[in-house]
Amino acid sequence: MRTKTFSGGIHPPEFKELTEHLPLEVMPPTKQVAVPLSQSLGKPAKALVKKGSEVRTGTLLAEPDGFISAPIHSPVTGKVVSIAREVSCNGYLQDVVVIQPAADQETDFFPPLDPRAATTAQLLERVQAAGIVGQGGAAFPTFVKLSPPKEKNVDSLVINACECEPYLTRDYRLMLERAADLLEGARIIMRILGVQKCLIGVEDNKPDAIHKLREIAGTGGIEIVPLKTKYPQGGEKMLIKALLDREVPPGKLPLDVGTIVQNVGTAIAVHDAVVTGEPAITAVLTVSGKGIRNPRNLVVPIGTAVRDVIEFCGGIHDNAVRIVVGGPMMGASQHTTKTPVVKATSGILVLTEEEINKAAETACLKCGRCVSLCALNLLPGRLARLSRLGRFEEAERLSITACMECGTCAYECPAHIPLVQWIRLGKQAVLRMQRARN
Amino acid sequence: MANELLETQTMTRLELTTSPHLHNNWSTSRAMWLVSAALLPCTAAALIIFGWEQIGILLASIVSAAATEAVIQKLRRLPVTLDDGSAVLTGWLLALTLPPGFSLVSTAIGAIVAVGIGKHVFGGLGYNIFNPALVGRAFLQAAFPVAMTTWKSPNLVDTITSATPLGGLKFDATASALGPMFLGNTGGSLGETSALALLIGGVFLIAVGIVNWRIPVAMGSGVLIFGTAVWLMDTQVYPSPVYHLLGGGFLLGALFMATDWVSSPVTGRGMWIFGLGIALVVVVIRVFGGLPEGMMYAILIMNAFVPMIDRYTRPKVFGAAA
Repeated sequence: MRTKTFSGGIHPPEFKELTEHLPLEVMPPTKQVAVPLSQSLGKPAKALVKKGSEVRTGTLLAEPDGFISAPIHSPVTGKVVSIAREVSCNGYLQDVVVIQPAADQETDFFPPLDPRAATTAQLLERVQAAGIVGQGGAAFPTFVKLSPPKEKNVDSLVINACECEPYLTRDYRLMLERAADLLEGARIIMRILGVQKCLIGVEDNKPDAIHKLREIAGTGGIEIVPLKTKYPQGGEKMLIKALLDREVPPGKLPLDVGTIVQNVGTAIAVHDAVVTGEPAITAVLTVSGKGIRNPRNLVVPIGTAVRDVIEFCGGIHDNAVRIVVGGPMMGASQHTTKTPVVKATSGILVLTEEEINKAAETACLKCGRCVSLCALNLLPGRLARLSRLGRFEEAERLSITACMECGTCAYECPAHIPLVQWIRLGKQAVLRMQRARN
Repeated sequence: MANELLETQTMTRLELTTSPHLHNNWSTSRAMWLVSAALLPCTAAALIIFGWEQIGILLASIVSAAATEAVIQKLRRLPVTLDDGSAVLTGWLLALTLPPGFSLVSTAIGAIVAVGIGKHVFGGLGYNIFNPALVGRAFLQAAFPVAMTTWKSPNLVDTITSATPLGGLKFDATASALGPMFLGNTGGSLGETSALALLIGGVFLIAVGIVNWRIPVAMGSGVLIFGTAVWLMDTQVYPSPVYHLLGGGFLLGALFMATDWVSSPVTGRGMWIFGLGIALVVVVIRVFGGLPEGMMYAILIMNAFVPMIDRYTRPKVFGAAA
């Protein structure tokens, strides 16, 4: 039987060999953590502590502000030094709770729940109270995602275990080391959603993880489905297409085609919140790239500065030129290493020129690669050109806002045109235009 | 202290740019030079079949093409981009479409027209609508019609049976054997005679992903379909479809000319329409037209349709209503 996949996509070198064999290590608390109040989409949380407050690991630091907002808990035991401003991974200044860890660490977790005995309302409430946000990159508050409107008929849960970005191996290590917890977390989510079917999509470059999950999955509605290794198979639209053969329309969500997608890390976080009572206070991430001395897979307390994580990994080589938070195709490059790690941080990559492979830009040659590889069937070269020329109405008609900025087109463009960057500019102009219209 | 030092060291050299942060090994110049490399087999065949002195035509064309580009770019105060290999490629391709023994001065003029009018008048690399080498050849056909249809016999045969297989068919009602047409032992322009050498280069380009297989496959299947339809009208009069594949500039056109990125469609469906259109036009010209060969005109005519083809073959956006 042919391995399932989607149309388009690329297969960049994976670089996973740098870290795939390294088990997850817990990074000890550093001299100071700066925990941001905004670690998800939606409004930042409102601080409940102030300078001098004593907190333990898991103590509530800030409560949600509105429906789409997630609470923030302390990742360490210690004293609050101040509420300050610090730069986030996206370059914006944000409020952070600065905490100095004490010598002894004590936990202040929720009471464990029995996943079989608890009601679905209790389970959902725990997901909300624990501040869990999506680990797939967008960091949407999970309890909102697990509360779909009644009129949407959700019939399945999809677990995204693809990890299609090069370098990143944290989902892979989670699957190998915490397979049972992942499956239990998936079952809890299935109970909350009231669905009988769960599909776990895994790229076929992780055969041992597929095998391990299948060993434990047993019966009970969870199916492990190998998928062709191709970027961006882990994009939720591509994943739903490959697993369920359903296409999410532009501007719509998975729940509009009857399914909900959760990342491996999110499912495990749900398990931890319910079974051990641990709120979302750590980020599981891969530190990699040819520019870092000791690549590793780490469990890092939120609020730890990127610079401290880099130091923990031996520091950078002289030929490092870019530090990227996230994956290399969609992550954000950093101008300072003071930015704190947040719940959804998946990777810290230190890249060299050799890996980035930049070259001089030439005119578009109409080779058509971007068109044939775009997983959403857009015309990236044309959209970039229209953005560049300021022809935003035409760009809107050609569905520029449907672009998910996955980077496939720019990766392949022989003319080295910064396609995604131009499209991003165009998207913003079109969104401004649309807002002005309404 | 060490932390602050790391901060200063890294802050001054960190690149700040948005994603993606990786790129594959391809570049414009790599693609252009690889296409030139793929022309080596048929160029070697040309020199063997028609004599080493034909290198003069190649050099005249390539040097003239490069010089034209350099002069125009200097006049426009643009950086001279000969190292991207595209002017060299245009000159090389033009030379391969010319008859052996063609005047070197006329060759140079053709190359100037190809690069100057076929490419730079439109704006330079990436902006031309027509295949530049074919624009040069079309000019030469109009300016020097007799010289452009004066053929030499290949060095590898003893007797001249006909000028070219297609010419023989149209004007002398004689057919050539298919074997020599495959290897290249026939009359014709420099690069078009050896199907084998062309296929080696063409298949290489398809394998490395420079040439999209749709265009040559569409052209080949189109010629087989339309050629068969015509052949069946009267098998005594019309050539078999395989004759069309091997004869004349078909393979050179299908693998190296029609597949030129700039002047061909960007969409998959568009490439099929383009290829089938070329096949239809070339069969009509060859069978019913006044000329024995029609590849050049077929490609140039379909080039003109490419912007329209691209516009009407846009793929349906993922998840959008049909």
